[in-house]
Amino acid sequence: MNALTFTQKITLQHQLNCAALTPNNLANKSITEIASILLGYGKSQLRVDEVFEITGNDAQNIYFKNSSNKLDYLGANMATGCMHIEGNAGAYLGYNLKQGEIHCHGNTEAFAACNMVAGLLKVDGNTGDFLGGASSGLRKGMRGGTVIVKGNAGDRVGDQMRRGLILVEGNVGAYCGSRMIAGTIGVLGDVGGYAGFNMKHGTLLFSKLPKLHATIKDCGTHTLPFLHLLFKSFVPFKTKFSDIKTQRVQRFVGDVACNGNGEILFLSPSQ
Amino acid sequence: MLINGVQIDDTFAEAFNMRGTRVLITAQNLKWAYHAANAMTGFATSVIGCGVEAGIERELNVDETPDGRPGVSILMFAMGSKVLMQQLETRMGQCILTCPTAAAFAGVESEERINLGKNLRFFGDGYQTSKLFANKNGKAKRYWRIPVMDGEFLCEETTGMVRAIGGGNFLILATSQPAALAAAEAAIDAMKQIPNVIMPFPGGVVRSGSKVGSKYKTMFASTNDAFCPTLKGATNTELSPEIESVMEIVIDGLNFEDIAASMRVGIQAICNLGAASGVKRISAGNYGGKLGPHHFKLHEIMAESTS
Repeated sequence: MNALTFTQKITLQHQLNCAALTPNNLANKSITEIASILLGYGKSQLRVDEVFEITGNDAQNIYFKNSSNKLDYLGANMATGCMHIEGNAGAYLGYNLKQGEIHCHGNTEAFAACNMVAGLLKVDGNTGDFLGGASSGLRKGMRGGTVIVKGNAGDRVGDQMRRGLILVEGNVGAYCGSRMIAGTIGVLGDVGGYAGFNMKHGTLLFSKLPKLHATIKDCGTHTLPFLHLLFKSFVPFKTKFSDIKTQRVQRFVGDVACNGNGEILFLSPSQ
Repeated sequence: MLINGVQIDDTFAEAFNMRGTRVLITAQNLKWAYHAANAMTGFATSVIGCGVEAGIERELNVDETPDGRPGVSILMFAMGSKVLMQQLETRMGQCILTCPTAAAFAGVESEERINLGKNLRFFGDGYQTSKLFANKNGKAKRYWRIPVMDGEFLCEETTGMVRAIGGGNFLILATSQPAALAAAEAAIDAMKQIPNVIMPFPGGVVRSGSKVGSKYKTMFASTNDAFCPTLKGATNTELSPEIESVMEIVIDGLNFEDIAASMRVGIQAICNLGAASGVKRISAGNYGGKLGPHHFKLHEIMAESTS
């Protein structure tokens, strides 16, 4: 069986809702049936075959080629299989991802991994704001799974994140871990201001210490045994985080403005 | 059966169903791992008076422990799941939480889980935090970090509970107390190499083997007079005139095969000393086969050793 491949053949003016194109939705469907699926396009709808050239038949292994940032909701509600995006992706990549793996080789817009439940989302490029955040009206963001970003991420990474792991090898914007409820976010690059703003629980792991606001309190430098387990759990993802050897960190706790017990761990440069 | 001049009685050890668990204790170094483990397995020789039977199974090197520190594995057994859970939590709280640099992790996987750090976390008074880490099989496990005065106490939330067997045993009958003890020590050294078993009594050896019942109404077990050398003339003795000392080794384990293997290597180690060492017979304790479902027949066990 060949991977089911959608090659974008037209330039899109508006955002296209691709939520229907997931392994669980396309299982046991013929090419004809897939071609006739209607996708939301601005105020109208487009058939799949109007936008994509469709080849292959293995719906458990889906490729998007020549993709653009107009393709929203790729991998939304996905519960099985693999999705490879050879290009960019729009907003809400991996929205409510329940299981399986999504690998975006390009950049994504905002709200990637929004409401994500489980599975793995890898982004080779950069991603927009609210990575792992919550969709409008919800009080909990990402609830599980793992997100790996090789490039940079925008503001509000992990906003209201409830559980799971986000690893960003590049830089992140302001308000990283804002309103975070639990989970772990690791950043190897620069971090914008107000990290951990209104954070309740959870762990922010930074290799470069940002300017922290007044309600994040320094608890001193410590050797924390749990970091061995944390770093060991990073190993399968083959990131630069695997190079971290130290268990020595400067620990900040907050946000005390909201009686929070979250932590910012700054990897000690002396190790 | 005679092995190197030592008589192996045609009898069997009678053992019982138990519930067991394994806990991995790590610390900054082996010295402190042993401090924690010795405290946790202290006063855990017999379910009769201690609630559980526990012991150190073996040392763990840094590659075998979840946090990459040296440690030891502990096996703990009880007659029921409720008492096992209760004893485990109590001992975790008083012996591992309190021990400098110690951490505790699950040592056995099973569907049935019992609390390890699940309730200990409340010692953190709200400052405790949990982390979910996926293991090598991708299954997420929850760990608790409890702030304590030496830093952080790290503990897995639960450990597995499995069906186990307790009460495997054999008796060493010797012409003197030193000879019996030397033989017991040789046996224990060999038996410690077998995984999944512990010998819960002091040094692995028990001198006060018991029988069921007593002349006193309040006692449900009393001295095994048939094997007491100083009562040879006063009771229906099992001992021949030259026997002056009897020592017993009791084995608890996670399965029948490993208990049998430990008995085999233990008895073989004694037989290797030869009859000249003072050891004359190896026997075993049972209740006529009516109480315990697991029978460790000495001749069958040692036949594999001699074959």
